[in-house]
Amino acid sequence: MKPYERTGVLSVNDLKIPSEKQLEKGVAITECVQEIPCNPCVDSCPVDAISMNDINAPPVVDYNKCIACGQCVGVCPGLAIFVVKKQNEKGLLTLPYEFLPVPKKDEVVETIDRDGEQIGEGVIKRVKKQGKTIVVTVELDAKDLMNARHIKVREKDE
Amino acid sequence: MRVNNIPNVRTCIAPLTEDVTVETQDTFASWPKETHNTSATKADACTVDVLIVGGGPAGLEAAVQAAKQNAKVLLVDENQQLGGQLIKQTHKFFGSKQENAGTRGVTIAKELEETVQDHTGIELLLESTVIGFYEDTSSDYFTFAVSKRKGYESSIVKVQAKTVIFAVGAMENMLLFPGNDLPGVYGAGAVQTLMNVYGVKPGNHVLMVGAGNVGLIVSYQLLQAGILVDRVVEAAPIIGGYHVHAAKLRRCGVPIYTRHSIKEIIGSDHVEAAVVVRLDENWQEIPGSEKTIECDTVCLAVGLTPSTRLLSQMGVKMYTIAEAGGFVAIHDDYMQTSVPGVFVAGDNSGIEEASTAMIEGKIAGVAAAIQTGKTSTKQAKELLDIFASELASLRAGPFGEKPRIAKQKIQTFWRKNQ
Repeated sequence: MKPYERTGVLSVNDLKIPSEKQLEKGVAITECVQEIPCNPCVDSCPVDAISMNDINAPPVVDYNKCIACGQCVGVCPGLAIFVVKKQNEKGLLTLPYEFLPVPKKDEVVETIDRDGEQIGEGVIKRVKKQGKTIVVTVELDAKDLMNARHIKVREKDE
Repeated sequence: MRVNNIPNVRTCIAPLTEDVTVETQDTFASWPKETHNTSATKADACTVDVLIVGGGPAGLEAAVQAAKQNAKVLLVDENQQLGGQLIKQTHKFFGSKQENAGTRGVTIAKELEETVQDHTGIELLLESTVIGFYEDTSSDYFTFAVSKRKGYESSIVKVQAKTVIFAVGAMENMLLFPGNDLPGVYGAGAVQTLMNVYGVKPGNHVLMVGAGNVGLIVSYQLLQAGILVDRVVEAAPIIGGYHVHAAKLRRCGVPIYTRHSIKEIIGSDHVEAAVVVRLDENWQEIPGSEKTIECDTVCLAVGLTPSTRLLSQMGVKMYTIAEAGGFVAIHDDYMQTSVPGVFVAGDNSGIEEASTAMIEGKIAGVAAAIQTGKTSTKQAKELLDIFASELASLRAGPFGEKPRIAKQKIQTFWRKNQ
């Protein structure tokens, strides 16, 4: 039994880690490790960087081909794809966000890890609507790029 | 429930109007003295090639496919709106392009509904329930009574059909524990309907029981509605649903406790708290591990049971198959049961999920049309082969194991009975 089957939380070791160079270029990380019958990410990729042996196989991203466009992020039914891009000390994380209120550009949000714990703060850089899915890009500490997987919009005092 | 003095009304699907009187009805109803129009002296009647019972994913696809093959179709559903469980599924679907992967269930329902409404070969009977099958030796057709509601009253329609496809779905399972009859204890599917279809908040603080896909998805949708989900407890040693659904909950801070179950509910007239308990390797409660959790809502997501009463009444051969979720009709590769002309599709032929239900519906729709003689066998048979291979590929992975075993057992019983 793998720990995530009991906890629902992946560790970084369950993933294919991009090289420093690939991180700087920006890549899509698919946090989809089980064999489930699903493949819209493969169809969504404009450069055929995502492949799958058959519809039940987990997706594999060719980090060299990936252009970090984020198309797959808004398509994935499991909300399991994230785009990470390192810029010096900072990092850009693109993730799907299905809660209200929708954060606004330049808003400061909490960055949350796979366990639901706050690990830092980030600044919203872009909010895009893909179909009915909101795809958000947040700038955070480069060290949190592979750990932050959710954001929390702060409640405002009205 | 009794509504405006009319007994046996399913209030959960009856429309609400001004000045309505709703009363509980704990025993058999006495025959109403007034207002109830039971006369139906001259029943409406209609004759069709294919009667489809249930307008969920399987029934809608069956209707479309049968009509495309030139069959005259009647689709009956007890709700006001077509779509079955799809209309409350605000999450995106898995699967491949052919099964609308990446599209939300509610959108799939809308698209299918439009297709069905635009097709001249399909007649719809909504807010109507097929209540019984009647033997009619003078006719080659199957004869059914359909109760058609209007407000809280109903009339009877006699339907004669060359073939019939049952796509009636399933019922949520209940768990036995003290306090399970208190207000605040819901099936997870019921909570999903309240929230996503009716816009009603079911509670403020929820304990979810069951970490299959239904429990995980509904927990996430509760969070989206701004409701606190305290935790998910799951009796099995591992999370049964997809990891990606569990991961969504975990990063929102909702813990999932495997090998845990609910022991009892505390509260006099509603849920005030729930006691959860840890289970050992033999699924037995570990004394002293009880923990009391304050909550006002307990959601049960502990599986489904196929709805098969009409199939039983028609005398089709049925067996209890654990992997199918209970008592199900055995059928051939084209979803035809032991009674020629009677087909099944979707959850009532074995519990699975919507994508495979849609393909089973397509197969049953084409196969029923072939049976009526309305279509060219060769061209339609080719379609059946395509659908069969799509179905096999969706079931090929580890999460398809249970339905795969269920269908293998159904095949084995089918061959034994030939």
